[in-house]
Amino acid sequence: MANNRPKLAVFKFASCDGCQLSLLDCEDELLAVAGKVHIAHFPEASRESVRGPYDVTLVEGSITTPDDVERIQKIRRRSKMLVTIGACATSGGIQALRNFRDVKEFTSIVYAHPEYIRTLETSTAIADHIPVDFELRGCPVNKYQLIEVLNAMLWGRKPQIESGSVCVECKRRGTVCVMVAQGMACLGPVTHAGCGAICPAYNRGCYGCFGPQETANMDPLSEKLAGLGVLATNIARLYSTFNAGAEPFEKARRQVEATNN
Amino acid sequence: MKRRTIKVDELTRVEGEGAMHIEMRGDEVTDVKLTIYEPPRFFEGFMQGRDYSEAPDITARICGICPVAYQMSSVYAMEDAFGVEVDGVLRELRRLLYCGEWIESHVLHVYLLHLPDFLGFESAIHMAKDHGETVAKALRLKKAGNAIVSTLAGREIHPINVKVGGFYRAPTKQELGGLLEELEWSLGMAEEMVRFTAGLSFPDFEKDYEFVALRHPEEYPCCEGKLVSNRGLDIPISEFREHFVEIHEPHSTALHCKLKERGMYFVGPLARYNLNFDKLPENIQELALEIGLGKTCRNPFKGIIIRSVETLYAVQEALRIIKSYEPPAVASVPVEPRESVGHGCTEAPRGILYHRYELAEDGSIRHAQIVPPTAQNLPTIEDDLRQYVTQFMALPDSELKWQCEQAVRNYDPCISCSTHFLKLTIDRK
Repeated sequence: MANNRPKLAVFKFASCDGCQLSLLDCEDELLAVAGKVHIAHFPEASRESVRGPYDVTLVEGSITTPDDVERIQKIRRRSKMLVTIGACATSGGIQALRNFRDVKEFTSIVYAHPEYIRTLETSTAIADHIPVDFELRGCPVNKYQLIEVLNAMLWGRKPQIESGSVCVECKRRGTVCVMVAQGMACLGPVTHAGCGAICPAYNRGCYGCFGPQETANMDPLSEKLAGLGVLATNIARLYSTFNAGAEPFEKARRQVEATNN
Repeated sequence: MKRRTIKVDELTRVEGEGAMHIEMRGDEVTDVKLTIYEPPRFFEGFMQGRDYSEAPDITARICGICPVAYQMSSVYAMEDAFGVEVDGVLRELRRLLYCGEWIESHVLHVYLLHLPDFLGFESAIHMAKDHGETVAKALRLKKAGNAIVSTLAGREIHPINVKVGGFYRAPTKQELGGLLEELEWSLGMAEEMVRFTAGLSFPDFEKDYEFVALRHPEEYPCCEGKLVSNRGLDIPISEFREHFVEIHEPHSTALHCKLKERGMYFVGPLARYNLNFDKLPENIQELALEIGLGKTCRNPFKGIIIRSVETLYAVQEALRIIKSYEPPAVASVPVEPRESVGHGCTEAPRGILYHRYELAEDGSIRHAQIVPPTAQNLPTIEDDLRQYVTQFMALPDSELKWQCEQAVRNYDPCISCSTHFLKLTIDRK
């Protein structure tokens, strides 16, 4: 029987599986979603695999191997709308730390026979290789935002995803600023909203897992952090975690390191 | 001689990416390979030079399904290195967090990943058309587990409240109290889950495995204890490297781990249950015996029952901890970095997860070693497939292929973890 529901596909590159798991974590919405779309390719959840073209494709993970470079092109050709989900897919993820070091050194640390391993020198975002229709940030993505993006793609409208900083979410939540009141290092002012400002609500500074917001003003934050007595090496570490490959964070890290040397 | 090939290029309903390839010549299985093509991510490489305090958040990113396990093994390792003990309420809160992860991970595997094999569906979503109420109740139970993690630690995936020494903020009594109602419902649902899974039909398949798990003198193991086996292993976790060895096979981006003296072994729910049956609460022991599970189980397909038993245990344990909870005076104990080596080993939903760190005087990481459960089970999974195919060779290819996939899923393999795995090929030559 022909199935008239729009086809949804989920593909994975280098990642932890957490972002696609977010879909299965939508306990209240999963069956409703499954009723509206035909889950045509989602290996983590189903043996069934239907060939494209797909109406909406979700891509998790970053490009790290020569095969990945070819595979993402094929996926793009089979997808009407393609959305990248999570820090790996949108900025290269934590594995982008290799971009700043010699990858041969890494393989020899982890693997006894580095010659068995085929990998690229860099871990890069999907949008560095193909045109992407929407990038949803977060490490992991917010599952409610994921549902919103899916809905928007299915209805052919723009997703309603807030583009401000974590600071705005903190104010809305009524959390007292941990940087102002307690002198904690916090990346809230430069980090893309979406998590709901959970870290400050749990008495810790934001560590930037949603990546830089669109207009991240990095230098004043670096100065503020230095003023709070945070060592340059620690500021550099703060900028080089799950979105280390995102341009504003990478530039700010280099800046801090250059000033310090 | 008749050659037969069965292959699955992309194993499904597992976490991460791998393939299975089985070759037969006549009645003999000539090759079994679980090819793991999940790209390597080099965590142990980029941990070098990071601060000890970053280990829980960074290592959590190895796996989106069991981030709590990574956080727990890393904080225990750091605390071991610095000579700090986290006890009392904070220890109870860690156990509660782990209960949340066991519930969500086990329910995900039992109902969404493994049960469709037993009932003959491609997925839980296909299954929901005929078994809508079962799937809906399973999702509700899963949600109760996730709610523990998100209440206590901010969010389900990559929680943000775990630190070396304890937590950033201890929950209020009211916050945890809000979980009670769903957990009381979950208690009944988890018992139903045990009885339901016990009623499934299982292939007649048993092996004499060496099971390895933690064992603690007073409780069903979670974060602490000695490493024991049914063949005499009994060591403190600090001696892990003296007894276990990681091997790099050409077909895999995951290292395979073996016991130096005896080779392959089995970790996970079956191992925990077989080695710690006496530590389960009396009512759960009675239920397990009533449904005919016995004190020892050597059929890996019955892992689905044992995950259900452990789910019931985790719900019961979570209720115990929440009901007796009084917020601690401080959310964490202070730690003082020093030049040291620390070991942590905790029971991830899929089995023991070992972390070892060498630290410099300033607390920066000189060397990190992480041995995830799936890497330890890989040689056993390949051996199971070899024996399974030999035993059930008369089956037609499509059926044998599906059952081999099921045999792999018995282990709830987490490939994302093990590369720090799966496609399926059965090759009959």
